[in-house]
Amino acid sequence: MPMAKDFLLNVEGLTVSFDGFKAVNDFSFYVDEGEIRVLIGPNGAGKTTVLDLICGKTKATSGSIRFRRDELTKMSEHEIVNAGVGRKFQNPSIYEDLTVFENLEISFPRGHSVFGALTFKRDAEVVDAVQQTAEMIFLADSLDKTAGLLSHGQKQWLEIGMLLIQDPDLLMLDEPVAGMSVSERKKTAELLTRIADGRSVLVVEHDMQFVADIADRVTVMHQGKMLSEGSMEKVQNDPKVIEVYLGH
Amino acid sequence: MPTKGLKYLLPKPELIYFLVLACVIFMILPITLDIFRLNLVGKYLTYAFVAVGLVLCWGYGGILSLGQGVFFGLGGYCMAMFLKLEASDPESTAIQSTPGIPDFMDWNQLTELPWFWLPFSSFSFATIAVLIVPTLFAYIIGVAMFKRRVGGVYFAIITRAIASILTILIIGQQGYTGGVNGITDLRTLLGWDIRTDSAKYILYYINGILLFLCLLFAQFIRKSKLGRLLLAMREREDRVRFSGYDVANLKIFVFCIAALFSAIGGAMFTLQVGFMSPSFVGIVPSIELVIFCAVGGRMSILGAVYGTLIVNYAKTTFSESFPELWLFAMGALFIGVVMAFPNGLAGVYKAHIEPKITALMASIKRNGGLSISLLTNTAKQ
Repeated sequence: MPMAKDFLLNVEGLTVSFDGFKAVNDFSFYVDEGEIRVLIGPNGAGKTTVLDLICGKTKATSGSIRFRRDELTKMSEHEIVNAGVGRKFQNPSIYEDLTVFENLEISFPRGHSVFGALTFKRDAEVVDAVQQTAEMIFLADSLDKTAGLLSHGQKQWLEIGMLLIQDPDLLMLDEPVAGMSVSERKKTAELLTRIADGRSVLVVEHDMQFVADIADRVTVMHQGKMLSEGSMEKVQNDPKVIEVYLGH
Repeated sequence: MPTKGLKYLLPKPELIYFLVLACVIFMILPITLDIFRLNLVGKYLTYAFVAVGLVLCWGYGGILSLGQGVFFGLGGYCMAMFLKLEASDPESTAIQSTPGIPDFMDWNQLTELPWFWLPFSSFSFATIAVLIVPTLFAYIIGVAMFKRRVGGVYFAIITRAIASILTILIIGQQGYTGGVNGITDLRTLLGWDIRTDSAKYILYYINGILLFLCLLFAQFIRKSKLGRLLLAMREREDRVRFSGYDVANLKIFVFCIAALFSAIGGAMFTLQVGFMSPSFVGIVPSIELVIFCAVGGRMSILGAVYGTLIVNYAKTTFSESFPELWLFAMGALFIGVVMAFPNGLAGVYKAHIEPKITALMASIKRNGGLSISLLTNTAKQ
């Protein structure tokens, strides 16, 4: 694919091999500014691994991941975060012993050095940002609650909130609605559409209804490779996709 | 504004706990104990520096170090080297074949002071060395381990190994370090005899003040965002990393602070006890230090001080009658505390005693109010 315009994220020839097994194999894809892209595929297709590679959790064997001008494969995790990439994990990954407020405050992008953390002040700017984010993720009334006491769905939202407060340009979510009730799913879909305003979102998801609700475009992976890409409708009618995935 | 800062640093209940401990250390103990016992308490309190450091490093940061004796020892040795040089002036060592060098060097056929001993004849250098050498050593260990993401049990084993290595090194290099006997026969600090009772009192108080400075600094860290980050990191290291923090730097910092506290404790140990030896550097003392912290409560900086005092009091009493059983008792105590009271004495206090005190205070207030109203009622009648 020639580079006619600037993409936010350019992944090219990405390969990672675990003891000879290529979990991601010569995989290329491009994410536009402001789009919601969903990665789907059967179990073991390498979706989560792609997210791990982009956020630096796993190091690529070869290939390149360019985010604007930064080559992410050469950067460490916290540098990638500070470049503007946020990542939500599959299981809600929050600090259960701290309150909702403190969870969000820690994620606020200030005072990230040792000295900065020691002299960090909870000023109006921080309180405002936490308040606003909490309202977005439906937790404005639970700020003083210990995070461990939240319901599963609320924990998922809290983690999304922790990413939002970082204000990343690319937000990566790994199965954000897993374990949520139907109404929570609907709320989450609305939330994602709202937060996609002004940033790109990359989602890994199994729930097809949810994917159809939110996706601008869908990328289908199979055995570490790209199988198909396009609108949900196009992908759903692709015979290759039906054969390996949707047909089951 | 400063009062507001103080209120934030020490909200009311914690301020009371700090004051209670200050009363115990600065008033009750000096009044009730004779100087021999008080000097022993002073020695125990030097271990409390290490225990407080462990609360930050282990309790908060989740980094278990089984080698804190290394930093305690390095701090102690830096102080001992200065005191030894002062005690080894050519006059007092005139009977040696080389006068003017420490006695153990003379016994080991050394004829001149080794180069690394030379700067320790300056008190300012020695004081700075007490603070810098152990912290720098911790920094090097921290960078080597945490940047490579070594953690948990592996880190504990490595610190244990470092404690062994340093002990073997000190014992092996007798001519430079005083070997297994350590550096003994220390007499004066800048001409001031530290063996007298009055000096022991003064050193006890200096020790107490330094301990409180460390406690206040630890409290400052606990109350800062760094304190919450350490908790967060202990729970979800990856989440902290993917919130844009360099986790290794946070760990290195807290490990260095723990080392710095230990070093101050070590130097005060040398001053109060009058010698330093490898038996305070190795594995056994390092693990004992962890036990003090665990018994007191690894999440409580004040608990760590009480834990240190109580375990050491028990050790002294118990080992006077059954010296060979003490180590087993200590092991059992550690296992018992970890299994039954994972938050130590501070945890027991918080769960069982504090609610009762709060209830008692509330009822006193209520009854007090009641009796006053009764009084006014009777007065009206």
